[in-house]
Amino acid sequence: MTDVTDTAPVAEAPAAGPDAPLLEVTDLHTSFSSDRGTVRAVRGVSLELKRGRTLGIVGESGSGKSVLSRSIMGLMPGNAVRSGSVVYDGNEILNAPAATMRSYWGDQMSMVFQDPMTALNPVLRIERQITESLHEHLDLSKQQAKDTALALLTSVGIPEPARRLRMYPHEMSGGMRQRIMIAIALACGPRLLFADEPTTALDVTVQAQILDLLQELQRDRQMAMILVTHDLGVVAGRAHDIAVMYAGQIVEQASAKALFANVRHPYTEALLQSIPKLEMAKHTKLDAIGGRPPDLVNLPQGCPFAPRCRYAQDRCHVEDPELLPDPDDPTHLVACHFPVGTAAEVPQHEAAVDATLDHPEELDAVLDPDPEVDDLPPADQAADPEGAS
Amino acid sequence: MAGIGDAHLRAPEDSLLRVENLVVEFKTGRKQTVHAVTDVSLDVLPGETLGLVGESGCGKSTTGKAIMQLPTPTSGTVVFDGTDLVGMEGKTLREQRTRLQMIFQDPISSLNPRRKVERIISEGLDIWKRGDRQGRDAKVDEMLLTVGLDPAVARGRRAHQFSGGQCQRISIARAVVTEPKLIVCDEPVSALDVSVQAQILNLLEDMKERYGLTLVFIAHDLAVVKNISDRVAVMYLGRLCEVGDPDVMYENPAHPYTAALLSAIPVPDPNVRPDQRQTLGGEIPSPLSPPSGCRFRTRCPRADQQCIDEVPVMAQVEGDHYVACHHPLAPGESITQVALAGAGASA
Repeated sequence: MTDVTDTAPVAEAPAAGPDAPLLEVTDLHTSFSSDRGTVRAVRGVSLELKRGRTLGIVGESGSGKSVLSRSIMGLMPGNAVRSGSVVYDGNEILNAPAATMRSYWGDQMSMVFQDPMTALNPVLRIERQITESLHEHLDLSKQQAKDTALALLTSVGIPEPARRLRMYPHEMSGGMRQRIMIAIALACGPRLLFADEPTTALDVTVQAQILDLLQELQRDRQMAMILVTHDLGVVAGRAHDIAVMYAGQIVEQASAKALFANVRHPYTEALLQSIPKLEMAKHTKLDAIGGRPPDLVNLPQGCPFAPRCRYAQDRCHVEDPELLPDPDDPTHLVACHFPVGTAAEVPQHEAAVDATLDHPEELDAVLDPDPEVDDLPPADQAADPEGAS
Repeated sequence: MAGIGDAHLRAPEDSLLRVENLVVEFKTGRKQTVHAVTDVSLDVLPGETLGLVGESGCGKSTTGKAIMQLPTPTSGTVVFDGTDLVGMEGKTLREQRTRLQMIFQDPISSLNPRRKVERIISEGLDIWKRGDRQGRDAKVDEMLLTVGLDPAVARGRRAHQFSGGQCQRISIARAVVTEPKLIVCDEPVSALDVSVQAQILNLLEDMKERYGLTLVFIAHDLAVVKNISDRVAVMYLGRLCEVGDPDVMYENPAHPYTAALLSAIPVPDPNVRPDQRQTLGGEIPSPLSPPSGCRFRTRCPRADQQCIDEVPVMAQVEGDHYVACHHPLAPGESITQVALAGAGASA
C-alpha cells in the first residue's frame, strides 16, 4: 500500500458522505454455549473501517480473532449468541434476517478462508465455484459469467485460466487454490473483504506472492480489508491499522507505524520479543511468554493477561482495564493499567516470571490444583467455536 | 540448487551421523517415480544441531525419516555412530532406534490418545526392560519435571487433556527417556503459537545441554532454524542448495534460492515495505519430473544453459559455508528482481 505511512486517526467522528466509515462495530460480544459452560469468544470489541483501508487483527489461537471476523459477517453456528452493533454502510446488520445477509455475502462483503483445501468444494469444477455468486447476485448469461471468471483468474495471476476453469481443486497446488479462493471472494466486486489467515497454510515464498496480490487488488479496487493473522510480520507492512487481540478483547490498537514505534501493551511487547528474528545470533535465548492464554469459559478476574504479565501489579488481578486512548497519542488505544514504559516498569513479579519461563505449565498445574479447571486446555475450547463456524 | 557432491562433509571419524548419497524414491500407481530425495549427503558432529530448511515438498521430512529408516532409503548410506543403518533389520535396527529418536510435527496426533502419559513415556524403558519398575517410575517423573510438567498431575492423564505445547513437551520426554544420542525433530514447533514456540525452542536447547544430545532439526521457518542450529542445510526439490553456519550464511547467502527465501519472510517492521523486497515467482515443480541440471533453474533469475545441462556440485564459498550453484551470489549481492508476479511453474 502506498499510503501505509499516512496514518489517519483510528477513531474519527462518523461523518456523512464518502468519508464515513464503511463498517462500524460497537461493543460486539459473541459467545457459544458448550458442555463446559459459556465460551466467551469475543468480549466487547469496537472498531471502524473506511473504504480503501486495511485493518490487521493479530492474536494467537483462541484470542477470538477469527470469531470476530465471522461475527461481523454473520457466519455463525446455531449455538452462537451475539450482542452489540454492527453497522455496514449505514445499515445495522447484526440481527438482519438471513435473506438480507445472503444478499450481502459475496456481493458486498466476502471472505478468503485459511485453508484453501477444505474451503473449496472438492467435487465441483473451479468454474462452477466461481460463477455461483455471479449468477446469484448479477444477472449474467452463462457466457458472460464464464468470461468474467476467466478475467478473474487472470487478475489473480493464474496461468492458463481456461484450462484451470475445467479443473477440480485437488488438481492444483495450495498457492493456486488460494488464488482461486481470492478470485471467488472478489467475483462480485465486494466493498469489504475479510482475509482470515489467508497464508497460514502456505510456504513463505507463496505467502509473499498471495499477500502482494491481496494488497494490489485491495488498492486497485479501493476495498476495505480486514486481515486476520497470528503473525505480526504479515501485517506490519501491509495494514494501515493494527488491532491486537487477547482473550476476546482488543488490548491495543493503533496505526501500524505508531504501534511498532511505540508498543504500549505488555502482551504486544511480549509477543514481539518471543519471535525468533533472522538478525539474532544463533542460540539466542528467546524471551518466551510463560503460561498459556486463559480459559474463555473461566476467565480470571481482572486483566486477562495479568497472570502472564511481567509488569502485573495487585490492581491488574482485580480490575479489568478499559481500552483507552494513550495520553500522548489519542489514536493509540491501549487496555492496560501500567502500559510499557510507565512508572510501573520495575517488574515486581520478575522473579516469579523468570521461573515460569522455563517450566510455565508446571507452575500452572501447581498453582491450579483443581483438575476440572485445568483439565482441558483453553486453546481447545477456543478452537471449537472457530472450527464450528 | 540441485546440488551433488560432498565438499561440505567433515572427517568421517568425527561425525556422529553421516549420510552419503541418500536417495529416496516412491513408486506411484502410474509407473511414475516421485524423486523425494536425490543424492543428499549430510553429516552431524556429536553435540551439534543441524537445521534442515526448505519449502514443503523439498524432501526435508523424507530425509529425516530416511535417517530413522522409516522407510529404508532407496540407496545411499546412513552411518550412525560407526554403523550403517541401511539394510539393518529386525532387532538390531530396533536396538539402534533407542539411541535414535524422533519428535513429530503434530504434537497431539503423535501421542496415543488411549494411553496415560506415564505409559507413553515409559514404553521405551518397558520394552528394553531398563531397570526395575520403581526405577522406571522415577525416570518418568524425572523426565516430566525436566520438560516442565508436574508429574503428580500429568502422569495419569491422556493426550487430549493437554494443550499443543504441553503435548510437545510430552513428546520430548518420550524421545529423551531412552537416552538417545541423536534426535530427529520434524517441524516440532510448526503447529504451535509463537509464544509457545519460544518455550519449546528454549526447552530443546536446555535438554540438549543437559543430556548431551545431537539434533537434526527440520523446519520451514528460517529464523527458527537459525535460532537453534549450529549448521544449516537448505534443501530444494530433493537436493541440497547450501550448507553453512547460519550466522555467516544468512548474512551473505550464496545461493539465489536461499536469498529468495530470506527475503520472503515477513518482517515485523512497518518501515520495511514488503513490495520493495524480492519475491520469488512460481511454485516448486513436481518431484515426479524434476527439471534437469539445477532443479531451481525454473524459478531462478540467473539460470542459463549451463544450469539446464549440468547439476551443480557443492563447493566451498569460504570457511564453513558451501553452495551448489553455477552462479553463486557474491557477498552483498542481491538477486535481481524476480517478481514474475504471477506463477511461472504451475501446480
